[in-house]
Amino acid sequence: MRRKTPGKALDSSLDWPAAIHRALKSHGVRQVSYVPDAGHKRLIELCHADGSMAAVPLTTEEEGIGLAAGAWLGGERAALLMQSSGVGNCVNVLTLATNCKFPLLMLITMRGEKGELNPWQIPMGQATPETLRRGGVRVFRVDRATDAFARVGAAALLAFDGHTAVAVTISQRLIGIKSFQEPR
Amino acid sequence: MSAALHRRDVVKALLQDRGDILVVAGLGSSAWDCTAAGDHPLTFPLWGAMGSACMIGLGLALAQPRRRVLVVTGDGEMLMGLGSLASIGVQRPDNLAIVVLDNERYGETGMQKTHTAYGTDLAAIAAACGFAKAEIIRSVSQIAGVRAGIHRAEGPRFYQVKVASDPDPLVLPPRDGAYLKHRFRDALLGRSPATDSVTDSVTD
Repeated sequence: MRRKTPGKALDSSLDWPAAIHRALKSHGVRQVSYVPDAGHKRLIELCHADGSMAAVPLTTEEEGIGLAAGAWLGGERAALLMQSSGVGNCVNVLTLATNCKFPLLMLITMRGEKGELNPWQIPMGQATPETLRRGGVRVFRVDRATDAFARVGAAALLAFDGHTAVAVTISQRLIGIKSFQEPR
Repeated sequence: MSAALHRRDVVKALLQDRGDILVVAGLGSSAWDCTAAGDHPLTFPLWGAMGSACMIGLGLALAQPRRRVLVVTGDGEMLMGLGSLASIGVQRPDNLAIVVLDNERYGETGMQKTHTAYGTDLAAIAAACGFAKAEIIRSVSQIAGVRAGIHRAEGPRFYQVKVASDPDPLVLPPRDGAYLKHRFRDALLGRSPATDSVTDSVTD
């Protein structure tokens, strides 16, 4: 197997976090909650810097499902950012979104895919799409940076106009492989 | 030491003449208590998603900064979402209040003791998370102050109300989550769910 440069994104030619930020803005998202992931670093910074968005750090990912429901009750749109390992934390609370038909837009950066150097990331990473589907969440995937804007936009439409729980999983190919080497 | 507070009386006192306050009720007895005080379209009662009540309150408070938002929940539900107190402490919405009806028991599952029965001080946790006000309430003479706090004072505020553990009759809210959501949004936003098209809310 060909070894990629550690710590470097494999598809960094396009500023896909900025494209996702534009997609969220164009769909009127006002509350963006997150448990940080290195793959979401730039998008989190863009949301914090955006005066029209409330950036809400969470202690655990399922908090963001409640936040999104409350936002919708109050007439606002929310998005929830996490790493794939956080999907397992969300499972029971997904009932809030699916039972009440709340819009839920989750943007999930993938770990445990090709090139992962931390074996502890692999079980939840590999189980992420199936876990989401079994929880009643539609799953879209972004494999190429050039697809990010359109795919997140399509997911937002389905979530907010279709009153549906939707996840966009963002390939580890876009994010790069965590190298576990200094400097970080 | 005064007689133990009764949860139904507390909730009734807090929600009487409720004005335009928005209410989220945590699953189990707290939702039944809010329903017993009067089912209302601007009360969103939970039947599941344990641990989520305070975060729903936060999302609502951020979306509706001019409205008062009250979360009424139980000690077990609050314990499952303790991290949400830290997340609220970061945002510090001044229109949010949380009332925990603390009977020190898991009332729906056989009255097992919760952590508060062993001394966990939820109000101290909320205070440490940066709430503007956090206190334990034990007597009926304090309820008027709680009412003033949730309806008028600067938040976020947290009241851990110690209540008796005697069971109350079930008074159940509607069970259909989509119905509960739609009636809440209709009452608050004044528009039909059918008009939720992207064109009326896209800002860009």
